[in-house]
Amino acid sequence: MNKERKPKAVFIEGAISAEFIGNSIAKHQTKTTIGAHDIFLGQVRADIIDGKTIKAIEYTAYEEMANEKFHEIREATFKKFNLTCMHIYHSLGKVNAGEICLFVFVSSPRRVEVFNAIEYLVNTIKEQVPIFGKEIFEDQSHQWKVNS
Amino acid sequence: MKLTIKYFGMLAEITECTEETITFSEDTVSELLKMLLAKYPALEKKEFQVAQNQTLVSEDTQILNSEIVLLPPFAGG
Repeated sequence: MNKERKPKAVFIEGAISAEFIGNSIAKHQTKTTIGAHDIFLGQVRADIIDGKTIKAIEYTAYEEMANEKFHEIREATFKKFNLTCMHIYHSLGKVNAGEICLFVFVSSPRRVEVFNAIEYLVNTIKEQVPIFGKEIFEDQSHQWKVNS
Repeated sequence: MKLTIKYFGMLAEITECTEETITFSEDTVSELLKMLLAKYPALEKKEFQVAQNQTLVSEDTQILNSEIVLLPPFAGG
C-alpha cells in the first residue's frame, strides 16, 4: 500500500458536534470490508483548580506545522496498522467544558488493529502536534493547559 | 538577516506579541535564544521548543530560514 494520500483538513472551528460524529459514522455504511470501528473522543473537563472551575478551553495551533504533523502521523499509522480508513478532527478556538475537542476514528476489517491504532494515534497526536490550550476559568482568568 | 519570530500560547503573553521582525547577524539557534532571553528575561523560566521550516531544531542548528517559531509545551486533545 504505497498510495499517496493528500493532507486532509483536521481543524474545525469550535466544538465537534454529536451530529458531525454521527454523520461520519453513517458515511461508513457503504464500506462493507470494514468489520470494526474504534472512536476516541476528547472532551473538555471542568477541572477545579484552587477553588476555580474551568469553563472552556481556547485552542490555538501553529497550523502549518500541525497540518504537516497530522499528515505524517496519518501516514505512519497507516503503515503500522492494517486500517481501511482514518479520520482526525481537532477543534480550534473556544470549546466549553463538556464539549468534544478531539475526534479520532479508525476502521479495519478486524478489531485488534483498531484497538491498537487508536491508542497509538491519540498518544502521538498529543505528543507531537503543536496545539496549545488556554484554560479559561469562570472568572475569566486563565492558565495554560499541560498534557499529562 | 531579517528574521520573523513567532510566539505561541504563554510565550506570546510574555513577549506581548505573536510575531515580530528582528535583525540577526549571528549563526545558530542558541545565539538567537541568547538575544531573545536578553530582550524577554521571563522566557528563561518557560519551557519551549524552537521550530525552523516547521521542524523542531536543537540549539546548535544553524539559522537558515527567515521564520523561526517558539513553541510552548504541546497540549492537544
